[in-house]
Amino acid sequence: MQAFLALSRAIDRLSEVIGKSVMWLILVAILVSAGNAIIRKVFNMSSNAWLELQWYLFGAAFLLAAAQTLRQNEHIRIDILYGLRSRRTQHWIDLFGHVFFLLPFVVLMTWMLVPYAYAAYRIGQISTNSGGLIIWPARALLAAGFALLVVQALSEIIKKIAVMRGLIADPHPFVSAHEAAELEGAALAAAVAGLADKEPSK
Amino acid sequence: MIEFIALNMAPIMFASLVIFLLLGYPVAFSLAANGLVFFAIGVWLAPYSDNTITLDWPLLFTMPQRLWGVMSNETLLAIPFFTFMGIVLERSGMAEDLLDTVGQLFGPIRGGLAYAVILVGALLAATTGVVAASVIAMGLISLPIMLRYGYDRRVASGVIAASGTLAQIIPPSLVLIVLADQLGRSVGDMYKGAMLPGLVLTGFYMAYVFFVSMLRPQWVPALPLEARTLGHGVTSLLVAVAAAMGIGYGAHVALFATYGANADVLGATLGIGAIYGYALIDGALGIGLLSRLASQVIRVLIPPLALIFLVLGTIFLGIATPTEGGAMGAVGALVLAAMKGRFSMAVVTQALESTTRLSAFVMFILIGARVFSLSFYGVNGHIWVEHLLTGLPGGQTGFLIFVSLLVFLLAFFLDFFELAFIIVPLLIAPAEALGIDLIWFGVILGVNMQTSFMHPPFGFALFYLRSVAPKSSYTDKVTGIRTAGVTTGQIYYGAIPFVIIQVVMIGVVIGFPQLVMHYKGVVVDPSTVQIVVPQMQTLGAPAGTEGGGLQTLGAPKLGAPTLGRQH
Repeated sequence: MQAFLALSRAIDRLSEVIGKSVMWLILVAILVSAGNAIIRKVFNMSSNAWLELQWYLFGAAFLLAAAQTLRQNEHIRIDILYGLRSRRTQHWIDLFGHVFFLLPFVVLMTWMLVPYAYAAYRIGQISTNSGGLIIWPARALLAAGFALLVVQALSEIIKKIAVMRGLIADPHPFVSAHEAAELEGAALAAAVAGLADKEPSK
Repeated sequence: MIEFIALNMAPIMFASLVIFLLLGYPVAFSLAANGLVFFAIGVWLAPYSDNTITLDWPLLFTMPQRLWGVMSNETLLAIPFFTFMGIVLERSGMAEDLLDTVGQLFGPIRGGLAYAVILVGALLAATTGVVAASVIAMGLISLPIMLRYGYDRRVASGVIAASGTLAQIIPPSLVLIVLADQLGRSVGDMYKGAMLPGLVLTGFYMAYVFFVSMLRPQWVPALPLEARTLGHGVTSLLVAVAAAMGIGYGAHVALFATYGANADVLGATLGIGAIYGYALIDGALGIGLLSRLASQVIRVLIPPLALIFLVLGTIFLGIATPTEGGAMGAVGALVLAAMKGRFSMAVVTQALESTTRLSAFVMFILIGARVFSLSFYGVNGHIWVEHLLTGLPGGQTGFLIFVSLLVFLLAFFLDFFELAFIIVPLLIAPAEALGIDLIWFGVILGVNMQTSFMHPPFGFALFYLRSVAPKSSYTDKVTGIRTAGVTTGQIYYGAIPFVIIQVVMIGVVIGFPQLVMHYKGVVVDPSTVQIVVPQMQTLGAPAGTEGGGLQTLGAPKLGAPTLGRQH
């Protein structure tokens, strides 16, 4: 089990590093989009490459961050009945879901997406929009996003079994969506109050 | 038996989706798993189904193409942009400044603080579109003042929760983007369609406060003299506004020769820019020509208004696409935060982190929904739903009322992303079969989903308010008087009048489609898009524009909603 847990920690680290780096791509996408709009208006020129680049960047961000979101237990659930169960039952539901809902889906998609991306690479497929970008990197992102989800799913299964056996602490004690809303509100209130306190010193 | 199951696959699949979702495993993957399980069952049962199941294994291999479609969707690109903009603005302190200043402006009249909350709620809605941020800012800034000067606790909390939810219906809200995408309509049209209902709703809220102030004046007292920290000076403000309009009009006349129709926008920009510049100079040099109130109002109000113009103005004028509008708004929000001295690396990192997380879970729900719909359409589920819903008594109105009730109930445990990705696509075919314009339909759904945010006991706005409202009695900082807290019961009670207003509003949108349909009333000619000024959109709204279709030259969908069957 210790070997599995070490593997799980390595996977978690990988997802976290990737998830935290790709968030900057959203900022780049924002700048590209705003820049593109201004350039189009002022210099009357536009290119499909810039338009496509925006969703390449966003795609990279949300696909590669999905594993990190899974690690943080932030994919939303309908907790109306889930919330009423004991933590033990919730663990069983999670484990069942990881093994029978999540894993088959992401494995199947990875199995389909890898050849899909490779086919685009082999023939050097280019976007049909004039001046569009080369296609395979975006398809490779799709494949990579799902592949990362496969390994993260394995890590989640390892951690869930370890938690149920009492080997590690529960990383995500259950918080209902409404409690989460109150916590978020309290955190934001504290942040705003912090800003207000700094005001006089300015 | 097998034939019976094969012929009733659609209802069985839908019922099992409900079970899968209620299990409580993340929605995105439950949807996908449900789709895959029923894909396999469907392929197996297809020979027994009398050709009602059209699934086979090669069809499953269209999944990569469908995922590619999700990834290359330019409409949904607006989601991270507007989310980022909203989070940066909520950290910029803009809401707090607005509430302080507008509260001072309206404070001296009865119900003034409530009007201020509603107005600022609408202003924030037009910039951030984040319910949590608006409710929390109001709960922190306005609620304590309202309690201090004796507002009824129910009225105060109801006004705050409701005004916060305006972010859901007033553009640029995320709900409208997602709905437009799912209904296959342009986000720009959805924004135009939702603008007027959003403003009417804001008017309804104010009318409610007005009635309260007439019937129960003691519930919404005016601010006492000692609380009016910015003093008087409304005259000065009016003079300043008149001066701005004068400069704007002068610039318009001077520029009209060279810039043509663009002179409207340029003139207005110059006029507003001039008065804003003067307010800054007046403050910096201590000239004192403007009253403190006027100067403060001008300095606080103009940056958000400029931001609203940057985003909504450019979209409505056809200068930018909604996605680009979102990107420029995000950059604008960073600039505004910097002007207020609130720009920091931590703010950017935090905003990016939240945006990425939201994007990942939203886009994966969409991906899951795509897997589900592949199988559900394969077992003729869409035809089943269409039969079910077009058979309702009452035609269009019956359908709309039924859907409103359905969404209202489902919204108790599904949030709007799930509703939009799972339920809404199934409603398109019946809506079109009944000749319902999809933008109109989208706005009705939008108002419904907004209502779910303030409906006790599940509404999220109420929880955000609860998190910042004092739970137990506390000592007021200014007066030093022991003040009772706000009970959860009072928050629920306060929301009820507003839920009723929402239901009335849904009725109004259903009863008066013109409120929405004016989005078609714009002259569409690609080469002259720039000449369309905002006033024309609202003036071009009357019911008379429906039948003729004379002004929608470029659009394929002409005429009244009853003609929708054509496409």
